[in-house]
Amino acid sequence: MPLNIRTYHELTEPDRSGLPGQIATQRRRVAERLAGVGRVVAAMSGKGGVGKSFATAGLARAMARGGRAAGVLDADFNGPTIPALLHLPVAGCTLRENAIEPAVSAEGVRCFSMGLLLQDGRPLGFRGPQAESHVWRETLEAATLREFLADVAWGALDRLLVDLPPGIQRFQELVDLLPTPPAVVTVTIPTAESGAAVRRAMQFARECGAELLGVVENMVDGAFTGRAGEELASEFGVPLLARIPWHPTPDVWEGVAGRL
Amino acid sequence: MLFEERQLPGDGTLAAAFRCPQCGRAVGLLTNPMETQLVASLGVKIGGTTIDPQPLETVRGMVTTGREDAFEDGEEETGKGKGPIPAWSPEAQERLARVPNFVRGMVKKIYADYARDRGIGEITPAVMDNARSELGLEGM
Repeated sequence: MPLNIRTYHELTEPDRSGLPGQIATQRRRVAERLAGVGRVVAAMSGKGGVGKSFATAGLARAMARGGRAAGVLDADFNGPTIPALLHLPVAGCTLRENAIEPAVSAEGVRCFSMGLLLQDGRPLGFRGPQAESHVWRETLEAATLREFLADVAWGALDRLLVDLPPGIQRFQELVDLLPTPPAVVTVTIPTAESGAAVRRAMQFARECGAELLGVVENMVDGAFTGRAGEELASEFGVPLLARIPWHPTPDVWEGVAGRL
Repeated sequence: MLFEERQLPGDGTLAAAFRCPQCGRAVGLLTNPMETQLVASLGVKIGGTTIDPQPLETVRGMVTTGREDAFEDGEEETGKGKGPIPAWSPEAQERLARVPNFVRGMVKKIYADYARDRGIGEITPAVMDNARSELGLEGM
């Protein structure tokens, strides 16, 4: 006798799990939390070692010095450096009104980072089956990004800078989570090799519907040669926001911060 | 099919039962640790959830290398349910003490909310087991 198997779309009763509803609630929580943020700006390069975090921290500090409310979400969960770059003290995170209070630097930059949560010197470890952990680990990191956006009391900010790790995966997750794609400031070093990697990232960001605010060329007066910043800016029709020397003075960042 | 019951035996697997209200036929859903982990990584719960999301719930529940003093939960950990503040039996306190400090404040609040919502005056290991199963608190 054949089994009378009913399939997913033949279910006639409400789905108590309500997984689409749970996802929608998560997205709504992100949107509500960021309602007071003037603009989310992702610092992106597509590759490592160009100074994204250094630039992000410099820009946020310059914004704060200029009287603008700035925050930094350190989305590099496996190599968080923003707390050190903002000179944040190590302190416990406080829960208030169903949200986590961000750390605040002496200059007034609000920040949240995995670096505030992890034991010194320990890598980010997750509970779960370790064999084939690549299957779930990126999903868990995407959930971490969602919670950093939705569960931190960012408050009213003129700009929330998101310091992305190398690659484009975290940017894709950010696009998926936000109501509208973030604006993007791109960081490169002068070399052609960097330019080639950053070009792919900029193209990806544009295909995702993100506004490209411009290019910051970092480490320009050292051993690196090339004109990647200028070339990328020209190619994408965006401004070359600054050419940053190895030891930039605060006014260098202030010049860029005012354009974001 | 209506969701009927969910069990989390604590070994990373999940079992859920669904029943057709018209014909009474029941079906079971079993997920292995990898499948359970993937769903949990999305921050959603099979069978739905009856409690409000806790701040950084997934991070606090899943990160294993967090600092013991990363969170200062303060008075929030007493919970905000409807009933009186529940007492904790010595056995329940002992069990709670084994929870890493990184997540302990959040776990304590969830159990306290569960008890207050149900008018339970004392939290015991049995209450914790029930809450764990009903709320889908794998590993808590």
